Parts: sequence; C-alpha cells; structure tokens
Amino acid sequence: MGLLSDPNRRRALTNLVTRLNTPLCVMCYIVGITWFLGLAFEPFTLRTYMSENAMGSTMVEEKFVYGDRALSYSREFSGHRKKVGGLPVDWLGKTMKSRGLEVYKQTFSRTLPFPDESKERYMVKGTNVYGILRAPRAPRTESILLSATCSEGSNNNQAVGLLLALASYFRGQIYWAKDIIFLVNEHDLIGMEAWLEAYHDVNMTGIQSSPMQGRAGAIQAAVSLELSSDVITSFDVVVEGLNGQLPNLDLVNLFYAFCQKIGMLCTIQGKLQRNDWDTLPGYSHSLNTMLLMVLKQSSGRPQGDHGLFLRYHVEAVTLRGINSFRQYKFDMSTVGKLIEGMFRKLNNLLERFHQSYFFYLLPSLTRFVSIGYYMPAFSFLILILMLRALDLWVQLSNTPRVQDDEEQDPGPSMLSLATPIFICHLTGLALYFLPILSQDMATQHFPVSETEAVVFTAIAIYVAGLALPHNTHRALSGNGTECGWKFETLISSVPCCAPWLYSAD
Amino acid sequence: MASFVGVQFTFCFRIIVILFFLHFYRTSLSAHEIETQASHFFRSGHTNNWAVLVCTSRFWFNYRHVANTLSVYRSVKRLGIPDSHIVLMLADDMACNHRNPKPATVFSHKNMELNVYGDDVEVDYRGYEVTVENFLRVLTGRLPASTPRSKRLLSDDRSNILIYMTGHGGNGFLKFQDSEEITNVELADAFEQMWQKRRYNELLFIIDTCQGASMYERFYSPNIMALASSQVGEDSLSHQPDLAIGVHLMDRYTFYLLEFLEDIHPASQSNMNDLFKVCPKSQCVSTPGHRTDLFQRNPNSVLITDFFGSVRKVEITMSTMKLNPNNTERTEIDVNEEMVTTLQHYVDQLPVAEIIHQKPKQKDWHPPDGFILGLWTLIILIFFQTYGIKHLKHVF
Repeated sequence: MGLLSDPNRRRALTNLVTRLNTPLCVMCYIVGITWFLGLAFEPFTLRTYMSENAMGSTMVEEKFVYGDRALSYSREFSGHRKKVGGLPVDWLGKTMKSRGLEVYKQTFSRTLPFPDESKERYMVKGTNVYGILRAPRAPRTESILLSATCSEGSNNNQAVGLLLALASYFRGQIYWAKDIIFLVNEHDLIGMEAWLEAYHDVNMTGIQSSPMQGRAGAIQAAVSLELSSDVITSFDVVVEGLNGQLPNLDLVNLFYAFCQKIGMLCTIQGKLQRNDWDTLPGYSHSLNTMLLMVLKQSSGRPQGDHGLFLRYHVEAVTLRGINSFRQYKFDMSTVGKLIEGMFRKLNNLLERFHQSYFFYLLPSLTRFVSIGYYMPAFSFLILILMLRALDLWVQLSNTPRVQDDEEQDPGPSMLSLATPIFICHLTGLALYFLPILSQDMATQHFPVSETEAVVFTAIAIYVAGLALPHNTHRALSGNGTECGWKFETLISSVPCCAPWLYSAD
Repeated sequence: MASFVGVQFTFCFRIIVILFFLHFYRTSLSAHEIETQASHFFRSGHTNNWAVLVCTSRFWFNYRHVANTLSVYRSVKRLGIPDSHIVLMLADDMACNHRNPKPATVFSHKNMELNVYGDDVEVDYRGYEVTVENFLRVLTGRLPASTPRSKRLLSDDRSNILIYMTGHGGNGFLKFQDSEEITNVELADAFEQMWQKRRYNELLFIIDTCQGASMYERFYSPNIMALASSQVGEDSLSHQPDLAIGVHLMDRYTFYLLEFLEDIHPASQSNMNDLFKVCPKSQCVSTPGHRTDLFQRNPNSVLITDFFGSVRKVEITMSTMKLNPNNTERTEIDVNEEMVTTLQHYVDQLPVAEIIHQKPKQKDWHPPDGFILGLWTLIILIFFQTYGIKHLKHVF
C-alpha cells in the first residue's frame, strides 16, 4: 500500500508532524536564514561570464578622445539651462541637428496625485528631446538608446555633454547596424515614462503627451547616464528597476568587462570590490552589498531612469559617475571610451538579450547568485507555513475522536467561519481604496495636506480593525471556537504557500 | 700531297663520325629525357581540376569561416583553377554586413594586410542557398535542369576535386546555417555516389571545424584523401582578432594552410606530406589529422598542385616519342574488381509507363485480415470457459 493510504504508516507520519512540529519549524527557519546569509560567501557563488556569443569579448578598439568636447558641451548646456530655467529645448535641438541626428521633441504633462513638494503644484509639464542616429546601411528595425536626464538643479550636465560628444563621434562611424537614439528627458522618471509610453504607443499611467513623430525600431538595450562632475573616481552601475525587476545579467557583465579592459574603478551599490572573501569583514561586505540589492528591489522603486525600460522588455542599466576623494581621477575621454566599447558590442547583438539570467543577486560585480540558488531559502520559510497547516489539519481530524464522550458541539458552521475572513478582506479593500477616495474630501473639510490625509485614513481603518477580534469572538461562541480558529489558520496559511509553490518551479 | 690530304680527310672523317655519334647520343639522351618527362604527365591520371569550397555558418561573429573559405578560394584561383571550375558556397555576406567597418572587404590578417575578398570573387551559392540539400546535389550532380552551369559540379572521371568545408561542427556532424546539419555518414554516401557515377578521379577533402576528424571517419570510397584540423574531442581554435573590426579573422588551421599555400606556385613540386605537416600542435593547439588509406597512390608522389592548382604541363619538342599509357606508379589494391571490369552505365530514369502501372510491392507477409481478431476472441472464450464468467468484470 502507499505511504499515505496505509493507516499505520499514516499514523506514524502524522505523529511525527505533530510531535516534532515546533522543532521542525524552528529548524526550517534557521536553515532558511542561514542559507540566505550563506549565499554571499564567495565559494558558494558563481563567477559572472558573458553568455551572449554574438557580443563576443571586449575585442574592439575604442577611439573616442573627445572628452574636452564633452565638457564644453556640458558648460553650454548648463548655461542655457540656467537661462531658460528648465530644459533648453531649442539649443539642444539645434545642437543635435548640427551633429547630424534626426531631432524630435515630445511634450508631456501629468497631473500628480500629490502636489509637488517644492513647488506645491499638481501639474507637471515637460519636454523630451531626442535625436536618432540612423544606421548608415542597416534597415531601421532595431535600435539602442543612450539617455541622460535633465534633473532638478544643475545635476547631470556632464552627462548631457558626453551624450552630445558621443553623438557627434558616433555619427562619423559606418559600422552601426542599429539606429542609436540619444534621449534627454526632463523631470527624471516622469519624462522617461512619458517617452516610453509614447514610443510603444501604450497609455498605462495616464500621461498626456504629444504624438511621437520619429521612431527607430525595437529598442534592444538602453544605457542611462548620470554624471555630475568633470572627472570621476569610480563608475557605479545601478540595476534595480521598477518593482524590483532586473536587467539581463549580460548587460552588467558587459559593463564590468569593459571596466576591466579600460582599467576603470567600477562599483556596485557604491561599494568597491574586496579580495578578502575569507575574512569576516570581506564576507560582511559582500553580504551587505547583496542585502542592499534585496532592499532596493523590495522597495519597488526604480533606482535610476533605466528602471522604467524593463517593463517594455528592454534591458537597461544606469551608469552613475561618482567623484569621491580618491587620488586617481578618470576624465571624460575614458568614460566615453567605455561607453563606446559597450555600444560597439551592443551593435553586434543579433537578438535581444536572452541568454543570461533575469533573476539574480549580486554580492559583488564578479559574483552572482541566480534564482535557483536563492529561492530555496525562501521556500524553507514557506515550508514552515505548510508544516503548521499540516499540523492543524491533523489536529482537526483527530479532535472529534478524542472528545467523543463530551457534549458534542456542532462543528463550526460555514457561515461563522466565513465571517472573519470576509471582514478581513473588507478591511483590506477599505485600506486600498478609501485613502485615495477620502483624500480630496479630507482636505476640503479638515486642515490637513493630501499626504497627511492618506496616512490618517489608514490609521483610522487600523484603529477600527482593533475591534475585530472582539466582534468575531462574539459572533462565534462555544467549543467550536477552538476548532474554528484552527480551521481559520489553516485556510489562511494555505493560500500564502500556494504562490510560492508556483514560483518555485 | 695526296697522302696528306688523305690523312686530313680520314682525320676529318673521324671527327665527323665522332661528332655524329655524339650528336646522336645527345639527341637520344634528350629524347629519353623527354620521354621520362612525358611519362610524368600520366603520374596522377587526372586531366582537370575542380574545387568545391563551402562555408556553412552565418552571422557576423562567424566572420572567420567566410575568411577561411575565401582564402582557400584565393589560393586555388591563383594556382590556376578558373572560376568556372570552382563552386564557392558562402552562407553569409560578411563583406557587406552592416557591422563591417571596411565594407566590401574580408580580411584574413590583422591590421588589414590581406583582403581575401578581392575584386573578382564569384560566389555560386550564397546566403540561404547554402543548405545540406544543395551541397549534396552539387556533389552528386542531381540538380534540376534549370540550374546554371556555374552552380554545377561538372566533373568527370578524370577530375581531381578539392572539397574544403568550414564552419561549426561536432562529433560526426557539421552544422549548416544554424538550422540543419550534415552527418559523416551522409557525406560518405555522397562520395560513394560520386564514385559510382565516376564523378571524380581523386578527391581531397579538407575540413576545418571542431572535431573535424570525425567527418572523414566513415569514408569508404576509393581515391579519397582527407585532412582535418582537429581530432575527435578537440576544438579547432580561432587565430587572431582584429580590434578595429571586432571579430576573429581566421581559424588557426586555415591561417597556417594559407601561409603554406602562399609559397606554392604552379610549378612547385611540394607533395602531400608537406601538407600533412601544416599547423602542428604547437601552432594549432589542436592536433590536425589526415587519412590516406583509401588513396591508391603514395602521398609523397602526390603534388599539391594536383588538387590545388590546374596545371597544364606544356613542353615543346621536335622529336617523336613513344608514350606508354600504362606507365603509372599506381599500386594496385584490390578494392572492388567488379567496379573495374563491368560496363558502367547510368541508371535509367523511371519511364512514364512504369510510373502509371506500378503496383506496390509487398515485401513483408501479413496474415489475412481478421485473423488476429479471431485468434484473440478464441483465446478469451477459452479463458472464460476455464476460469468462469466471474472474472469478466475484472476485465472491463
């Protein structure tokens, strides 16, 4: 007979589950946590490698030497920007056109749900300017993108300058097989999202934008630049995107390969790589890096402009130049060489990035942990829920036999069980919809700002929820309560495990 | 006085006779030389040369395979084989690829020293026309009637054919165009078809892929010599990248083969043993291999130009000579006597009448219909009769 259909064996198993439940749960918890922490230990990780054969290794010859041109462009840009008080659309358009690109502008506007902190206004208006370098001999079916955002204040001028210098240099080469789009977007993420939505002809966030005049085909890869100083000491790569989505690991590997070739100092999470993985400080450094990445992914916020591309299946990274107090500085020409090398290799791509991993954790730039290695840690934690559910199930099926001689209360009825669950769901819905609905009303009648109104509504719902156990206790009564609660816990824990089980395969 | 004249006369006469004998001796010597030289004409037994050069991989990162094939094409053309006798198959166009920083060129040496694309490349099968089916049809000659002459291998039984293949391969196969492959068994059978149809006199097969030696393991037709760039289990490596172009330019074996062939000129007397020494393990990292057991002549009497060049030996002489056509250096091996003695003729194309009236041939005997069914019914009836009807419910 089978393992579970044989009554003796079944009883032995269920006894095991019930007797050893707590120790098993504790052990699962410890194993899960230890597994996850152990992932940062270098011998347990794999070295990164280029999976895409078409890109090849870093064998190109970079000839970009126009770093000073980039700096002069950036000075002009900052000057014009101060004069206009925003993105100098006309100057930018004129410069790009003189460099030989096809220039297009896109205006966008969006009503914000909360007013802008600094300017106390709802409406955000802006313009994106982008120039397309058409491939000299190729059909216009694919493209790669380089973007620099025009953020508040006087940040990121050097990125725009380098973008223009690279555009003029790239225009003189004949080996481009894909179009290159040079994009300068206003208002960071809002402008980028407006551009992406208009480019792909969707409307997901309710941004109104002018129709997009010029397109360059499917975007294969995108790089977003953030440079705010004339010289940099290290180059940081930012991978976390919207909702924790990550670009293909090959793009990060490409960046690191060129960093090594050029000899530039490259960091991730702003941290340099260490060689002493067998010491405690070295291990805690990589653990720190990995946990920072987990934290940033869990926040759901895109850490750079690249994060919005990932939703459209365009692999993108943000490269951030950092100017610290180190002695050795890299100038704009070196940065330009790195980007030129990356773009030449991206030019060799035949298909979208698909060979390497999409789900990974990076304890350092040379080591990675793929989802197959970090998911078991989470599944151990979910195993605890399953064990608890099993334990409750066994207890529920055992209790009626034990209490035969006592007065048998009728088992908890479906209605009484369903009520708490229903109330919980109602609370959840209230939390989801009410704050936004009441935000308007609250500001009219109460002297609070919109953000405060949201927070207060949530607090009000929580306070009302405090009365829930008392109410449900009154609704249910009798010995059936004990059974009933066990049943409740069982029902609520099983749906929690189910999504993890599906994601584990 | 008369005696003096007589003495002079006899002296002159003797000199004349001596001179006459010397002259006669020299002419007979030169006639003998010419005869030996003329006997060299029939050493190899071939009268024309063909070359089939195949590059099987596409995409920009396989630049080196196209460069390999074009460098062999260049050598073969330089040594005399005309375009009409070369079938060149290139699976992709590297010269006009969008990523080529020097359009219309394919370089084999870095720093762009040697452009193997040249000005007069004639590609017969290009792009997606390079398939296993087309390759086998070229070899066996089974092409539709509309195929132009440049796409045909019009060889006869006195042709020496050079077949060069390069691309990505493995143990027993060669990949064509990322979607299909040709196996060593197929290739061996194609060569046997060629032998049966007397489409070659001798064949030299060179392959430059990973595990290339597996491709010639299965040959069983006579007069085939094969070379490969690596043994089974070894990878053939690429030679050098060019940083300006951004790809590897050549494979090692073909690079050193090209260097070797650049030293060969139409009158060179290098033989196959020199070719076997091309690219030792120290240069190639893989171990090149060769196979000569099917070849009837001794490799050291086979000239490189027998396969790579199209050599016409022309000697002008005024003397007559006797030519003995059986004066060859062939070592007679007992391959298959039937093939030599029976009269060969082409297989008949199926006449129309036979197509219409053809009956399907029954090769295997099957029992008449219903026999199996009846047999099983009988078995089941007997079973239930013996063991009782109560078992019936367990069956259904």
